[in-house]
Amino acid sequence: MSSNKLSTTPAHAVDESPWVKWVLITLALFFVFLFLLLPLTTVFAEALSKGFQVYLQAVEDPDSWSAIKLTLGIAAIVIPLNLTFGLTAAWAVSKHDFKGKAFFITLIDLPFSVSPVVAGLIYVLVFGANGWFGGWLIAHDIKIIFALPGMIIATVFVTLPFIARELIPLMQSQGTDEEQAATVLGANGWQTFWHVTLPNIKWGLIYGVILCNARSMGEFGAVAVVSGHIRGQTNTMPLQVEILYNEYQATAAFAIASLLALLALLTLAIKSFVEWQQSRIKRIYA
Amino acid sequence: MSIEVRNISKNFGPTRVLDDINLRIDSGELVALLGPSGCGKTTLLRIIAGLETADTGSIYLENDDATLTGARERQVGFVFQHYALFRHMSVFENIAFGLRVKSRKERPSEGQIRDKVQSLLEMVQLDFLRDRFPAQLSGGQRQRIALARALAIEPRVLLLDEPFGALDAKVRKELRKWLRKLHDDLHVTSVFVTHDQEEALEVSDSVVLMNRGKLVQSGSPQEVYDHPTTPFAYGFLGNVNRFEGTAVNNQIKIGNTLFDYPAPSNNIKPGALVAFARPADLDLVDIDDGQPGVPAIVDRILSFGTVSKIELTAIDATNDAGRSIEYEVQWPRRRLDQSKLTEGARVKLVPTALKVFAAT
Repeated sequence: MSSNKLSTTPAHAVDESPWVKWVLITLALFFVFLFLLLPLTTVFAEALSKGFQVYLQAVEDPDSWSAIKLTLGIAAIVIPLNLTFGLTAAWAVSKHDFKGKAFFITLIDLPFSVSPVVAGLIYVLVFGANGWFGGWLIAHDIKIIFALPGMIIATVFVTLPFIARELIPLMQSQGTDEEQAATVLGANGWQTFWHVTLPNIKWGLIYGVILCNARSMGEFGAVAVVSGHIRGQTNTMPLQVEILYNEYQATAAFAIASLLALLALLTLAIKSFVEWQQSRIKRIYA
Repeated sequence: MSIEVRNISKNFGPTRVLDDINLRIDSGELVALLGPSGCGKTTLLRIIAGLETADTGSIYLENDDATLTGARERQVGFVFQHYALFRHMSVFENIAFGLRVKSRKERPSEGQIRDKVQSLLEMVQLDFLRDRFPAQLSGGQRQRIALARALAIEPRVLLLDEPFGALDAKVRKELRKWLRKLHDDLHVTSVFVTHDQEEALEVSDSVVLMNRGKLVQSGSPQEVYDHPTTPFAYGFLGNVNRFEGTAVNNQIKIGNTLFDYPAPSNNIKPGALVAFARPADLDLVDIDDGQPGVPAIVDRILSFGTVSKIELTAIDATNDAGRSIEYEVQWPRRRLDQSKLTEGARVKLVPTALKVFAAT
């Protein structure tokens, strides 16, 4: 950066003065430190404050361990569901024309604008013991609310837009020419999807899955409403953190929280890698 | 294989894009679908390919009704305007695609695929590009790879949508000649869409002129160029000078002058007429000459190459919009040199051949 030395040349006329630049950078870094880095380090510092042994014990506690497994299990079910929905929705919206398309796109965004708690309550209202289908469900001995199915439904709801939203603009920009070319060349629908559409959206799809995964593991509000907080059964990691914290087991709470933070950091790393891949591919295929 | 289009009509919402089109393309022909943008030519091509369905009418391929056959089964080669190469596949894989997606029964062996792709690459003279990706190719190269890909499945007909539309003038000219030569070698029935009359006339065996969803005229390039049947056809196929006049007995009155013209082109009734003359069909004489002519002033003389262009403006006449009327005359260079014509000279345009239509 030679702009400081050559600040009198006309080419740098649009540059701010160095003073303004440094103040802005310092301010931005200050906020990043205060609101992002400091809490993140605190989580790890608190978790390890009583030594690694205590940390391991907290994680190995049966209730915590069950929460970890439940969180991973829910993500493992929710992601394939959302993958299917995201792909079909994006396919329908970007490659076909139909009535009510704009409304459909708005509808996909609904989970972004509805508070997760409200979403959870809606499902309690519909599937709960006193809900619309409550009697029927009890009669057939099907448990949705305060059980795994309800938690999955709630998580699917809050993560619904992630994959579709990632794919729609990408697929729209690519148009349907290549699919048409494949069809004329004799490819059937599946071959066209597998050999032409999917490779073109691969990185966008992975990006969407990462975001969906991060959200599904971290989801608190909607899941909290439908889970019923049954220890060792329907507590996910975020719920477990809250319980432990409320019971003044700060170290254990922070230990679980640190695992969540670690997952988030891992997600971030994969996300950066995917973004780097995408930009690299854009350069090649420009 | 022959193609027959019978009574095809198509609407996009309230707009009628194709209006009762009937057309027969003989086996082995190279046909140009020519017309201004929005005339429905691409839609017609896509209907022939099966990528679009007509509202009414039918398509016959080799005398078989193919109207309800999907694009996948029609076995046509289609070259898209923007090539539509598979961006994540190498050139080799692009060309091999049509062979690889065949059912297991019909699919050639890996070795046969390799040989076939190699021979196609050699045919389009691009075998050194086999491992590149589409983004690494120039427009002209992409075009030729798209053509090789379409030919890999040995299509019964080859359809090309504005094949040279996105290329620069020089590459265009080369590819035009190349396509003509390729067609002469392969003899596969081919239809290409273009809005460029020069391209259509130069490359094709037969030109199909369309306007506003209707078929205007079809025939050999010479036929349609020399004998346009409508004012639109006249205006669209090459440069033309337009004169507005009125019918007086068997003559046409342009300005204050009466002109003879050969047998009426369509049922001329008394009233407004339009007359056309190609730039080469106009003589220029001195304004005081006794011959009947349209007075004009020479604006510019463009004298390079073998044909010289003379641009003129009408004297004392304007068109309906109130703007001055401009004419263009083309003479062989030698004739211009002998005529001692100068810019600013006042002359008369004397048509040697006039084509007259009733004004619409």
